[in-house]
Amino acid sequence: MAPVLEVSGLSTVFHTRAGIVRAVQDVSFSVEAGETLAIVGESGCGKTMTALSLMRLIPSPPGEITAGSVKVAGTDLLKLDEPGMRKMRGSQIAMIFQEPMTALNPLLTVGRQIAEMVSLHENVSRRAANARAVEMLHHVRIPAPERRAREYPHQMSGGMRQRAMIAMALACRPKVLIADEPTTALDVTIQAQVLDLIGDLRKELGTAVVLITHDLGVVAETADRMIVMYAGRKVEEGTTKDLFADPSHPYLQGLLASIPKFGAGEGTRLREIPGIVPALNNLPKGCAFAPRCSAAVAKCQEAIPPLETKRPGHAAACWVT
Amino acid sequence: MLLDVTDLRKTFPARTGLFGNVIDRVHAVDGVSFRIAEGRTLGLVGESGCGKSTVGRAILRLIEPSSGTIRFQGDDITNLPPKQMRALRRRMQIVFQDPYSSLNPRKRAGDIVAEPLLVHGIANAAERREMTEAIFAKVGLQPRQMGLFPHQFSGGQRQRISIARALALGPAFIVADEPVSALDVSVQAQVINLLMDLQAQDGLSYLFISHNLAVVEHVSHDVAVMYLGRIVEHTDKATIFAKPLHPYTQALMAAVPVADPSVRRDKKHVMGDVPSPIDRPKGCHFHPRCPLAQPRCRTEEPVLREVQPNHRVACHLVA
Repeated sequence: MAPVLEVSGLSTVFHTRAGIVRAVQDVSFSVEAGETLAIVGESGCGKTMTALSLMRLIPSPPGEITAGSVKVAGTDLLKLDEPGMRKMRGSQIAMIFQEPMTALNPLLTVGRQIAEMVSLHENVSRRAANARAVEMLHHVRIPAPERRAREYPHQMSGGMRQRAMIAMALACRPKVLIADEPTTALDVTIQAQVLDLIGDLRKELGTAVVLITHDLGVVAETADRMIVMYAGRKVEEGTTKDLFADPSHPYLQGLLASIPKFGAGEGTRLREIPGIVPALNNLPKGCAFAPRCSAAVAKCQEAIPPLETKRPGHAAACWVT
Repeated sequence: MLLDVTDLRKTFPARTGLFGNVIDRVHAVDGVSFRIAEGRTLGLVGESGCGKSTVGRAILRLIEPSSGTIRFQGDDITNLPPKQMRALRRRMQIVFQDPYSSLNPRKRAGDIVAEPLLVHGIANAAERREMTEAIFAKVGLQPRQMGLFPHQFSGGQRQRISIARALALGPAFIVADEPVSALDVSVQAQVINLLMDLQAQDGLSYLFISHNLAVVEHVSHDVAVMYLGRIVEHTDKATIFAKPLHPYTQALMAAVPVADPSVRRDKKHVMGDVPSPIDRPKGCHFHPRCPLAQPRCRTEEPVLREVQPNHRVACHLVA
């Protein structure tokens, strides 16, 4: 199957007074219809900037996409003008955010916002657009959708708002859904409901999902494949099962060893990754992870390791492993 | 027993009427009892709004409990006057979730950590400096970083400063309120290890408040699960994770994503939202979301009772 989303060589920088911040450097990946790809990493690794670059939502200036292509069903989004891009957002590629309250308009009813999205992309009557809004709210399993459509965002709970945002994002059946930490602000029981919902809709509608998260538990439960980012670069890629079972990069090895596991037993010590993430305007010359890496050798300080295939479907950027 | 909390309650006025009369009350903490022994950690788990943070603050009397008793090292401290309470805070301290808002941005790290010593009139300036250096080293910070301001530290280092400040007076008990929730995973491990090392060295006791069950399982000896102001299950760590009895505890465990794709399973997830603590469901507060609820659960409040030795559950259906 041909991928619906193909990102290649994506690089995004920010021009700041403190110098050029390289937020995303040479990132490539692809996602097929109905597949979930997780982008994993800690704060400042560039995962959200990658998502915003795909949507062409990087504020410019100071931000700038300096290289690469983002193809959705063959169309390179980076070559489109703004009106062209506006047509793609929502109809071909849509995004949901961590905090739905900031993404929803507090002055409009939820139903109106979804209907607006529909009439923007499709030539339908207002009545039909409103009907679609109610249908979508029903689809994301909001009880009493007719009544909820007439409510404002503040009248809903956090979980309900997140569902409403998913309804809006999927109203025009986009091929690609980008979900940026969609459940981070939610309680665990609500998180489980929302993750189930995203998984079910993906199957029903065949949407390709790019899930951005720092939570390795969420990745393990929902993603087919994953990429790991560190300091703006992709450092590892593979199927979720494979990467969790046998990570190649010392960074992912460290991350997996640092999370508490159920039933690990009394007195076991968590493995720490010493030090902190480097500043993106002052990256080391070689591998960005080298200063924190226990396996680092002289070469790691000198040159950035290229992404190499370690075994079929599994690539990592490390000189040592 | 280091800490003995009995029937702790805290209500807040929720809505006031035209003439300032209170119409509704939030039952944030509604009859909570537990004990913590020396050198032990009680993990207090629950979702937002369940009252777990209010419990932590009420114990330190940072907010005044509405009723109930708190005994610390044998003494009833529930109605201690402010001056004596301040003296007692040498023995009990708190670490907050957000190391960004809990440190004064205009103060140097060394002064932040030394401030409790100053407030309590302990030692002279030179001695205080020496003590602060020792505490810095103890929490894994460099004494030469004492002159830096909070913004010059990373999140994990800032949380170390918070811990250092809490340790300055040599407390016996620390309330750790979501101490690692704002940190990245690789840094989380550093702070968890530090807290556990300090317990092993100094015999500290913790009330560890968290919504993260994996972290709680790692650090706690005993675990209490709260729902809408009440403890619904309370037992030792091994039992609660191996054999949770309350349907809410079971739902919580099932909802936690496990970082192991090989155990991915088809789970039944509990439906619905957490109800408002102002307008709690009658009977068992969990019944509208409970897959096992029976008519009795809608009318009759279950009491927390010992169903097995040292295992307390508030559910009608548990024999």
